[in-house]
Amino acid sequence: MALYSEKVMEHFLNPQNVGVIEDADGVGEVGNAKCGDIMKMYLKIDNEVISDVKFETFGCASAIASSSMATEMIKGKPVAEAMLLTNKAVAEALDGLPPHKMHCSVLAEEAIQSALEDYESKKSKS
Amino acid sequence: MQIYADNAATTKMSPAAIESMIQTMQNTYGNPSSLYTIGQVAKEELEAARAAIAAIINAEPREIIFTSGGSEADNQALLSAAMIGKKKGKMHIISSAFEHHAILHTLNKLEKNGFEVTLLPVHENGIVRVEELADAIREDTCLVTIMTANNEIGTIQPIAEIGALCREKGVIFHTDAVQAVGHLPIDVKAQSIDMLSASAHKFHGPKGVGFLYAKKGIVLSNLIEGGAQERGKRAGTENLPGIVAMTTALKEAVDGMDSANAHKTQIRDHLIRGLSEIPHSALNGDAENRLSGNINFSFEGIEGESLLILLDQRGISASSGSACTSGALDPSHVLLAIGRIHDVAHGSLRLSIGEEITVEEADYIIEAVKEVVAYLRSFSPVWRDLMSGKKEFILQ
Repeated sequence: MALYSEKVMEHFLNPQNVGVIEDADGVGEVGNAKCGDIMKMYLKIDNEVISDVKFETFGCASAIASSSMATEMIKGKPVAEAMLLTNKAVAEALDGLPPHKMHCSVLAEEAIQSALEDYESKKSKS
Repeated sequence: MQIYADNAATTKMSPAAIESMIQTMQNTYGNPSSLYTIGQVAKEELEAARAAIAAIINAEPREIIFTSGGSEADNQALLSAAMIGKKKGKMHIISSAFEHHAILHTLNKLEKNGFEVTLLPVHENGIVRVEELADAIREDTCLVTIMTANNEIGTIQPIAEIGALCREKGVIFHTDAVQAVGHLPIDVKAQSIDMLSASAHKFHGPKGVGFLYAKKGIVLSNLIEGGAQERGKRAGTENLPGIVAMTTALKEAVDGMDSANAHKTQIRDHLIRGLSEIPHSALNGDAENRLSGNINFSFEGIEGESLLILLDQRGISASSGSACTSGALDPSHVLLAIGRIHDVAHGSLRLSIGEEITVEEADYIIEAVKEVVAYLRSFSPVWRDLMSGKKEFILQ
């Protein structure tokens, strides 16, 4: 299908890191059902390294592919590095997204940021 | 398995229509405006096509104008009626909230030019109420335009009643019958229709051709200026191969209408029953009063574009009212008009089946949709919130 790159289709049809982490150290949810996209990210963090990440997404193919790609990009990475992940990097890793789908990659970046912020705030409380 | 279930978007051309198109291109290449025999033969074919189409909808041949399709016919109908109204100082138009964009966008343009537009509600069942139309008609109403059948949810409007009311009130009545011509019986006299738009590719004819019926006495305004074709109302050398093929396709559609509708109704209801088994789903639009080929469902907790692409992977071509399928931010205005809120309008699926569909194919579709919906729900945060009681279900 010419609508999306092969990479997007690959991650949409076979998404990586789908699911939930029950005892997550950080959880972030962004988007709303009104716009048609919601992303939820779960992080497991050991010694400031993202040891596991899972996602749940309600949205179009590019939202699901962006979630899958973004989680792959931060898995095993230090928290400090994950904080620097940009939507542009996610879109590029997917060999591009159609212009009106770029917001899907923005959501992925925001969902990860939100989960990392949740982790930081939990850490400062404990 | 490959199943084309998007016949409301466009249809596969019938072999007979293709054959007549090729024959016309090969044998009747003359310009119908030319004086010599080759041109006059083309003119005769053109007029034979006009007469055949007129007869099918019980109109006079001179009341048919060939156009490039439904959108052009809609534009010309609305702008013509508006011009007639303006001359009499009548600048109020009534339509419905779920018309095709060819109507709604033309109405927006007219509003910018000083016209006032009332959009009637279509209620949960997707059907305009004639008594609400009666209340909305004013002294200065120049036009009522209500579609014969909706393109997304297939609901059929009470056209004869609307026509009778408009006739009684002296208001021009136009209907966008793009989804209906070739699928429902149309009789412009019995249904008191003043103007009607149709498009060939919705009934197995070619793309890029359609027609506008305008009752004798209604003065049309040109969208395209130039030569004297189509009684001077639509300039440009006629698309004769397209017009001939459209005529062939329409004759065929009308001849087979009853058996096609009987078959499609049976399959449609089978699909509706099967898809209703999916929890927290709902049929959009009236279950009975709808086109025999239309099935439109909303599924809670999922988004339509993902659903379409996964169905495509299984060989099923369908459509959705999700914002993501159009590039717009809002989901389908049709689903919003029948009261589906954004959250569930995004998760919609339209199947528009053709005459050739089999029960086995319908069963395959039901199973595929069930599986794909369950799969998408399995990692939907919305579905998780609904199941855990954090959020309340909208569709029971």
